[in-house]
Amino acid sequence: MSAKIRLATVWLDGCSGCHMSLLDIDERLLDIADRIELVSSPIMDVKGFPENIDLTIVEGAITNEEDLHKVLAFRKNTKLLMALGDCAITGNVPAMRNTFAIDDLYNRAYVENADAEKQVPGAVVPRLLDRTRPIHEVVPVDVYVPGCPPHADVIFYAIAELLEGRMPDPMKMGKFG
Amino acid sequence: MSDAPHILTLKIDDQDVSAVEGQTILAVARENGIAVPTLCFLKGLSPVGACRLCLVEIKGVPKLLPACVTRAAEGMEVTTDSPRLREYRRTILELLFAERNHVCSICVSNNNCELQSLARAQGLTHVRVPYRHPRLGVDATHSRFSADHNRCILCARCVRVCDEIEGAHTWDIMGRGIDCRVITDMNQPWGQSDTCTSCGKCVHVCPTGTLTEKGVAAAEMKKRQQFLPYLTAMREERE
Ligand code: SF4
Ligand code: SF4
Ligand code: FES
Repeated sequence: MSAKIRLATVWLDGCSGCHMSLLDIDERLLDIADRIELVSSPIMDVKGFPENIDLTIVEGAITNEEDLHKVLAFRKNTKLLMALGDCAITGNVPAMRNTFAIDDLYNRAYVENADAEKQVPGAVVPRLLDRTRPIHEVVPVDVYVPGCPPHADVIFYAIAELLEGRMPDPMKMGKFG
Repeated sequence: MSDAPHILTLKIDDQDVSAVEGQTILAVARENGIAVPTLCFLKGLSPVGACRLCLVEIKGVPKLLPACVTRAAEGMEVTTDSPRLREYRRTILELLFAERNHVCSICVSNNNCELQSLARAQGLTHVRVPYRHPRLGVDATHSRFSADHNRCILCARCVRVCDEIEGAHTWDIMGRGIDCRVITDMNQPWGQSDTCTSCGKCVHVCPTGTLTEKGVAAAEMKKRQQFLPYLTAMREERE
């Protein structure tokens, strides 16, 4: 048997539904568990960015400075990058804010709709980028797995194919929405 | 002169086929079980060649031609599928997605949308041009229907069915290029239209989640287009 593949999963601007769907693979996860070494994921407590990753699965769009920082760091350290779900591929619901000016958004969220401490946070909360972007607009993407969220079967198919060294074609099974 | 229709012979995808003079390449292809993707075309409405998804290659013709409005001719050699055509079709779909705000996950037409299923059939994995994210409105002034301009692909099916079948001509298209919009009457709110009969034909021929019935949630809007071939057949019989 070949060496384990080093897998990372990343959660950017998404609802975590894609990660839920990933866990929905259920007992089939056990079939592939001994071939995978999970090196970073929102379900683990890992600081910093692991190196020499084989596959990074990214959920969510790129909305703020933290998302941007993460996606650049993971892209630098991974062989393959999978955009998982519509937010990562199209911007989906998070990108609906792109029709509004940033200052209007900040004002709405932190001033107009706030009961107390009416002010836009300075530090702590990462600044919004000028617009929400799909992953491929910022870094190269190798595999696209569409869906909101993608069905567990589609995610499993894509991962299983990659484990076998084949490029999956998830569009055959999945779809946007 | 004899009344017998003039029969032509031609080749579509290396298959010998025959056509009645006047038939379009699309009609001949469909009669012979050859699939050509279409979006603005709808049987029963006059073809307009607006979406260009049905482009085909014709031997000896340097340009690509839309199968829905190009008539079959004697000896023609037509190709309906090639890497070049696939690339064009995919690009057309990508431009449609990038032009307005398609968010399938929360769209009433999710799972029942012609644009969405074409994207899937053409293997569109992602959109390679930047999304425009224009600020567009929803007209919910009609008591039974609404028009969400974020999802309109300007196929003009609504305009044609309202004019050609219902005879009301409530819908039209205003503006040019990126400013094109479908409008009701003189660009008045739909609910204030004097000409709309509330028949709902436009809602059911609209291929996307633009024109919909009110009161449906995400993925609940299913369009019923069976009325169209029925109505046109009845009319042809009467003529
Ligand atoms: S109209 Fe079709 S393609 Fe557009 S958002 Fe709705 S389901 Fe998606
Ligand atoms: S409203 Fe619907 S039918 Fe009318 S042009 Fe737009 S997409 Fe086509
Ligand atoms: S179907 Fe022929 S141009 Fe739209």
